[in-house]
Amino acid sequence: MSDGTFYATAGMGRKVQGQALVAKDGFSARYDLDRARGVFVRPEHKLAGESYVGRVLVLDAAKGGVATAWMLHEMTARGVMPAALVLNAVNPIMVQGAALANFTMLSGFEVDITQAIPNGALVEVDPTGDRPCIRIIR
Amino acid sequence: MQAGALGPAAQWAIEHQIKVGTYLGARDFVPVSQAHIMADTESLGPTGVEWLERMARLPAEQRRVRIPTITDPRGTDFAAAQRLKQQPWMLDLEHRAIVAFEALGVLMTNTCINYQTIMPPVRGEHVAYGDTGVVIYSNSVCGARSNFEGGPSALSAALTGRTPRYGYHLDERRQATLVIDVGWTPRGLDEWGALGGIVGRLAGDYWQVPALVGIDRVPNSDEMKHFGAALASYGSVALFHMVGITPEAQQLDDVLTPGRDVPSHEIGEADIRAFQQSYAQTIDRVDVVVFSAPQLSLVEMAQVADLIDGRRASIPLLVVTSPQVKPDADRMGLTRRIEAAGGTVLSGMCFYQSYAREMAEANGWQRLATNSAKLTNIIGGYGYRPALLPMAACVEAACNGGRITP
Repeated sequence: MSDGTFYATAGMGRKVQGQALVAKDGFSARYDLDRARGVFVRPEHKLAGESYVGRVLVLDAAKGGVATAWMLHEMTARGVMPAALVLNAVNPIMVQGAALANFTMLSGFEVDITQAIPNGALVEVDPTGDRPCIRIIR
Repeated sequence: MQAGALGPAAQWAIEHQIKVGTYLGARDFVPVSQAHIMADTESLGPTGVEWLERMARLPAEQRRVRIPTITDPRGTDFAAAQRLKQQPWMLDLEHRAIVAFEALGVLMTNTCINYQTIMPPVRGEHVAYGDTGVVIYSNSVCGARSNFEGGPSALSAALTGRTPRYGYHLDERRQATLVIDVGWTPRGLDEWGALGGIVGRLAGDYWQVPALVGIDRVPNSDEMKHFGAALASYGSVALFHMVGITPEAQQLDDVLTPGRDVPSHEIGEADIRAFQQSYAQTIDRVDVVVFSAPQLSLVEMAQVADLIDGRRASIPLLVVTSPQVKPDADRMGLTRRIEAAGGTVLSGMCFYQSYAREMAEANGWQRLATNSAKLTNIIGGYGYRPALLPMAACVEAACNGGRITP
């Protein structure tokens, strides 16, 4: 890390900017989301009630079942999706889903990325370089 | 294949696998002998179904799967869709997806308990399975080797006959990363699920491999099924060891890397009771009782039938099994006994994969009782308030107007 830039061990997709939506909690499209309305709905989730549309989601770990592999594709087709996913720990399902949907994703940091990125910060997610990274713009 | 010599389906598949494998650090591919595809239409959406249909329109020699390929539960039981108040558009999507999969040569088994009913993998067999419960059971109890392969990746493996070699295809990834000392061995299936949920929360992510010590008897297949399904659901975990029980851990040292310290935790009966209470304490009445997730074995079907004989369910009681178990349940009179008591036996679907939110709205279901910890974890995201109860207490609630007996 330097000057608000945090490097990931892996990334895919295109460079995007957006407002960060941050929580020390997991992510599963099936378990956590109302995908029609674009909000977190699982009552136990720390972002319950929050809209994720167009936000850069900064969360702890990929959770849940295999459905997310299809659901990111379906969410992207309808345009009701986050701008990017940034996770401390990814699982294969999230990678498979992002690959199918051409979705922007980063994972694996030296720091706890949910502590490093302030909620609401404007960030840039860049998986295209030699070292995929998330950068705080303001 | 990547150059397109085998057609666009195989080309897409291998490119998808290279992208996934590169991200996850795979150096090469490993041949796989079976694939299992999760692809209910609530997940696929119209976009995903159209995507499958485009593949299904390719010439036969370009679209067929190369290895035995089976499917996870679908989003409906067509015979009961009207009773569930599912909408025609849901059935239309399901029908289209089935036609497309059949054109690819996929066997429509529609089950998440293939390890109990179809062809269980053997120790060391590399497979590409979808459904987290299928993967964790196959890896842990059978000693097979699979990662969580979501629908697109399982289909890719079916089309190429291989999968990227990362994660649980590798010996080093199968070593324990935490030890769980179990001080009280569960008895009921709901308790096995609760234990799985607790271990899953402790494990925390896909790359953790818990090794359990202290289990004082060999769990049967249904107990392993509920434990593993909950562990995979709560923790995204794909492999566990039970020392002295599962094949790769005859002793704890078998799954510990020499010189590597791993954290350990203790779990006792009080932890399991607290887990159950965390779901049940605010609910004294439910609108629907659901046995599903995973689909019921023939033995579980008989248990439900025995519990409800001579009684009458006064709220909906849904009993979900596989298309392989259902004919036996019919032949042996289990279906008749459950339905004579007011229950509904469903086949080839899974409750939470079947437009659960829309079913809730159409039927006025808000509170749900189940003995499946996995379902308890998932169904809150569809607007339900779940109670995790023993199978007998679920049947009791169904026959008592939904009232939960303390």
